[in-house]
Amino acid sequence: MIEEIGRTTEGDLIINVGPQHPATHGVLHLVITLNGETIKKVEPHLGYIHRSIEKMCESLSYRQFIYVTSRMDYLSSHINNHGCALCVEKGLQIEVPQRAQHIRVIMDELTRIASHELWWGAMAMDLGAFTPFFHAFRERETITDIMEKTCGARLTMNYMVPGGVMAELHPDFQKDVKQFIQLYKSKFEEYNELVTGNVIFQNRMKSVGILSKEDAISYGCTGPVGRASGVTCDIRKLYPYDIYNKVDFDEITETEGDSFARYVVRLKEMQQSIRIIEQLLDNIPEGDYQAKTKAVLKLPKGEFYQRVETARGELGVYIVSEGGTTPYRIKFRSPGFSNLSALEHMVKGLKIGDLVAAMGSLDLVIPDIDR
Amino acid sequence: MFSLERTTRFIHEWLNLHFNPAAALITEFVLVGLSAITLFALLGLGLVWMERKVAAVMQIRLGPNRVGPKGIFQTTADTLKLLMKEGLVPDGADKFLFNLAPFIVMIVAMLILAPIAFAKNLQIWDINIGVLYLSAISSLSVIGILMAGWASNNKYSLLGAMRSGAQIVSYELSAGLSVLSIVVMTGSLSIRDIILSQENGWWIFKAHIPALISFVIFIIAVTAETNRAPFDMAEAESELTAGFHTEYSGMRFALFFLAEYINIFIVCAIGATIFFGGWMPLHIGHWQSFNHVMDYIPSSIWFLGKTLGLIFLIMWFRWTFPRLRIDQLLNLEWKYLLPISMFNLLLMTIVAITGWHF
Amino acid sequence: MLNEDLKLKLTGILPLISFEEGGEWLNVIVPSEELKSFVLRLRSGPDLMMDYLFCLTCVDWKTHFTIVYHFSSTRYRHNIVVKAKIDRTNPEIETVSDIWRTAEMLEREVYDLFGVKFLHHPDLRRLIMPDDWEGWPLRKDFEDPVNMIRL
Repeated sequence: MIEEIGRTTEGDLIINVGPQHPATHGVLHLVITLNGETIKKVEPHLGYIHRSIEKMCESLSYRQFIYVTSRMDYLSSHINNHGCALCVEKGLQIEVPQRAQHIRVIMDELTRIASHELWWGAMAMDLGAFTPFFHAFRERETITDIMEKTCGARLTMNYMVPGGVMAELHPDFQKDVKQFIQLYKSKFEEYNELVTGNVIFQNRMKSVGILSKEDAISYGCTGPVGRASGVTCDIRKLYPYDIYNKVDFDEITETEGDSFARYVVRLKEMQQSIRIIEQLLDNIPEGDYQAKTKAVLKLPKGEFYQRVETARGELGVYIVSEGGTTPYRIKFRSPGFSNLSALEHMVKGLKIGDLVAAMGSLDLVIPDIDR
Repeated sequence: MFSLERTTRFIHEWLNLHFNPAAALITEFVLVGLSAITLFALLGLGLVWMERKVAAVMQIRLGPNRVGPKGIFQTTADTLKLLMKEGLVPDGADKFLFNLAPFIVMIVAMLILAPIAFAKNLQIWDINIGVLYLSAISSLSVIGILMAGWASNNKYSLLGAMRSGAQIVSYELSAGLSVLSIVVMTGSLSIRDIILSQENGWWIFKAHIPALISFVIFIIAVTAETNRAPFDMAEAESELTAGFHTEYSGMRFALFFLAEYINIFIVCAIGATIFFGGWMPLHIGHWQSFNHVMDYIPSSIWFLGKTLGLIFLIMWFRWTFPRLRIDQLLNLEWKYLLPISMFNLLLMTIVAITGWHF
Repeated sequence: MLNEDLKLKLTGILPLISFEEGGEWLNVIVPSEELKSFVLRLRSGPDLMMDYLFCLTCVDWKTHFTIVYHFSSTRYRHNIVVKAKIDRTNPEIETVSDIWRTAEMLEREVYDLFGVKFLHHPDLRRLIMPDDWEGWPLRKDFEDPVNMIRL
């Protein structure tokens, strides 16, 4: 997995990390220049999972392209679909029924929790503790089972359509989610005991990979990475979509900007997501789950930009339309792309063990970066 | 009452009756050698199975449960597979050292088996400098590791081997000092004497606070010495390939693999002997009736139970804690454990001289 | 700041710019030679302080390219869209990666997919496609008989 590919003129070692990793991340290929054990330069090589989604979408209709986006950041697939649906609705000026908005937000928050669970397990595994991975998947399995009953799929849940959601909720949905919340609350203490309070973890994560606030803004880091450095960038608070302006939750920010701060931000975000779900679960209004739309959608000529907050940060969907049935140009502003660009700045001068901790705390999903 | 002592005495007398003393001695050597190797094989198989089951229970899953009842033949199957694999020697590797290294590690593990007392009067060799012998021979295993790293002709093996070597050599100090603190109480280096001195109670209870500190340091130090998590940076999978045994495959890898588990057994056996009394049942002072009841449980069961308990503790560590970085690891030893063990030795000496122990 | 105030302010900085109607944010069209000085003013201007570049992309209009920049301010929370038209046969524009570090990788991506050269970029090479790839994939006239399937 690590092999030397050359030496620079000063005698520094150039090695490859990846593209195959024993755990997580996907196909990330980093070329690291080392001096002994200290990192001097980190260069990501991308493109191993480039599927030219942007070009494909130019020949797909406005109803079809949403399903390709589930495969971008597959851990927050609902939120990706949500962003695309919202952008199309913005163009067509469709009013989404209240029931659909509620359902969309609950699904988004469940996806956020599932994504953070996987991140937590994978990060602990990178640092050497193997047990949290299994504990995290226990909770994640509960969520994917709930999703499977309603949406029909466990990972790429193509549930959002322009105008609402695709199908009615499963009758067991509220009961299952309530059970999940009970389970989650009882297990959350375990997470803190097992990992957060552990001295070894703290020593490996504190002061590792520090990103200052100015650097975070300059590198365009959003999501938990930006918030851990003190940047308030939660799209759900700044530019609320659907019914986020009607629910009560906190935006978590920390100031240190190191890996431990990013860790704490995500853990607390999981709790805030539970809070949102609890507020909405019993109050889903009756009504349609989908607004009436034409069969073939044609956006008017113009440009539309929609931002949503995925588990990784701000996803931007930019549609340039010429009035036809397919978009003229789509650009997905992916959060992982900007977060990755800050990696080199974060780990310069640290050791390889710190690179692993910093990468884990960035929570990169490579299909999101390569598109 | 079941006792292995009668079996060994019976064999000894039978041999001496039928053969001349020299031939009897040689036969006994051969028998002891064979039983040591058998014990190794069984221990290796059993411990790997135990590790996988313990890991599974902690990770909310089942572990091996198909090959044999409760999966007890899983390790046999794995070992057979390893034996049938092609043993590659890398081009440019030093062939002699490359082939020799696993055997050195195994031989050292077997040599350490000699002074360990498995049951009452079941000890291969009660040398009068038992503890010194154990410390000295266990240091030799570093040679095997460095040999493996060097002979592989692979930069990353060498790096891993040097890290391993540095780690083992550092933590031997703390382990040695903690064992030494009990020797101070016992007054003798011989293993048999140490166990017999625990007739009225195990040292961890008799020499209360210093012995407890010693035990904690000992457990940390031996976990580091056997390259187990949380000190397994040298073979961390997500970072540097697999450390010093990267280039080994087939039978040679099987030897390294089994030697790791034997080492765990040995250090836990030493820990059980020094701190928990080895084969000595739990006696409390002079409570004759209680002690008599405890004596009904055979001494081999006592020994095995204590050792397996410590092994379980070490396995528990592996599946709970993340890894320490190499510089944090060495920091821990030189800045924290070593001063504490030296101070503890002093404390224990004071306790021994003034008699403030049970 | 509201769109009208922004319009006035921006026209004050650079009279040559024009505005595009429609859209929720102010769309500014800047000639490509003036882009660098204009965005520098956006970054450093006391009432503007656009320190967050969140999207940099290119649209192929068959006769010309348009590079689109989306800026935001973390202090005042206003957003604007800046567009610059460049020539299709020889697409070149100044880089903004010395002002916003995120532009380094975003501009590399635009170079890789459209072939737009960013002058004075520290390290302009292909990012997503293999290093020896011929052609600019996201252009409208890109043909690849082996890999592309036209629906």
